[in-house]
Amino acid sequence: MSDKAFVLGMSAIAAGVAMLVGLGPAIGQGFAAGKAVEAVGRQPEAQGEIQKTLIVGAAMAESTGIYSLIIALILILMNPLVNML
Amino acid sequence: MTISGPEVVFTLPFFGGIPVTETVINSWIVMTFLVVASILLTRNLKKIPKGAQVLVEKGVTMLYDMVEDTMGKDKLFFAPYIGTLFLFSLCSNLCGLFGLRPPTADLNTTACWAVIMFLCIQFFSVQRHGLKARLKGFLEPFPVMLPMNIMSEFSTPVSMSFRHYGNIFSGVIISTLMSGAFAALTAMVFGGLQIPILGIGIPAVLSIYFDLFTGFIQAYIICMLSMVFIATAMD
Repeated sequence: MSDKAFVLGMSAIAAGVAMLVGLGPAIGQGFAAGKAVEAVGRQPEAQGEIQKTLIVGAAMAESTGIYSLIIALILILMNPLVNML
Repeated sequence: MTISGPEVVFTLPFFGGIPVTETVINSWIVMTFLVVASILLTRNLKKIPKGAQVLVEKGVTMLYDMVEDTMGKDKLFFAPYIGTLFLFSLCSNLCGLFGLRPPTADLNTTACWAVIMFLCIQFFSVQRHGLKARLKGFLEPFPVMLPMNIMSEFSTPVSMSFRHYGNIFSGVIISTLMSGAFAALTAMVFGGLQIPILGIGIPAVLSIYFDLFTGFIQAYIICMLSMVFIATAMD
């Protein structure tokens, strides 16, 4: 197998493995949404505030998922490792 | 269908060729739009507001209330900066609906905002507490936490810039992929037809989430986080 084919193949596998990270934010945001629903059930008149806090917290937890998406996109679309051969 | 970074539009002939990319051109377009809108909306202000002035006053009041709620009454001088950041981020993110490549889909733009926020944090906390107290603050709660504290100082602007850039950039990629997929599907179903008939409605519905919702949320998030970090560093 040529060098370039090997590096391209490993880049593709790396991009696939990087997207497994998507499990983390999904669990975290689901948990946060559950707690938010509980809080609204306990105090329905604070619903606007709770909704705003939920959105801010979910967007913060999303960051690590976005980091892994960036790595996967860069590996697939821009092939930086092949250019270093 | 190629997905690449922003293409270079022209090159300035100083210092060995500075490339001027799509990002810079689209930033100029957004800046021109914001300046012209501001001038038009603040002409002939009346003491009893009518028309568009009502909405503008409501917006400014909401901004000042948000800054006062999050940062406290003594830091109201940040409100113009936060308002500018919010408007520029929002208009840049929504640029994609008009066919321009959003300037925030380039890491340079969001990294600039993150560097500004980092410098604001350092400068204002040194101004409020003094240099010695700030450096001693790195040794709390235990002196062995010094590398962790330094690392968390530097990871804040990195995560802010990557969060904003990643969300908008992935929206751009998904829109391009969707349009390309529907064009290929049309060519396959109708035997080589180059006009993507099947791609009429569905990418627009998806762009409600990826462009509109994400654009608003990310603009709001970057403002809230800037306010929270600066307020925490100043107290």
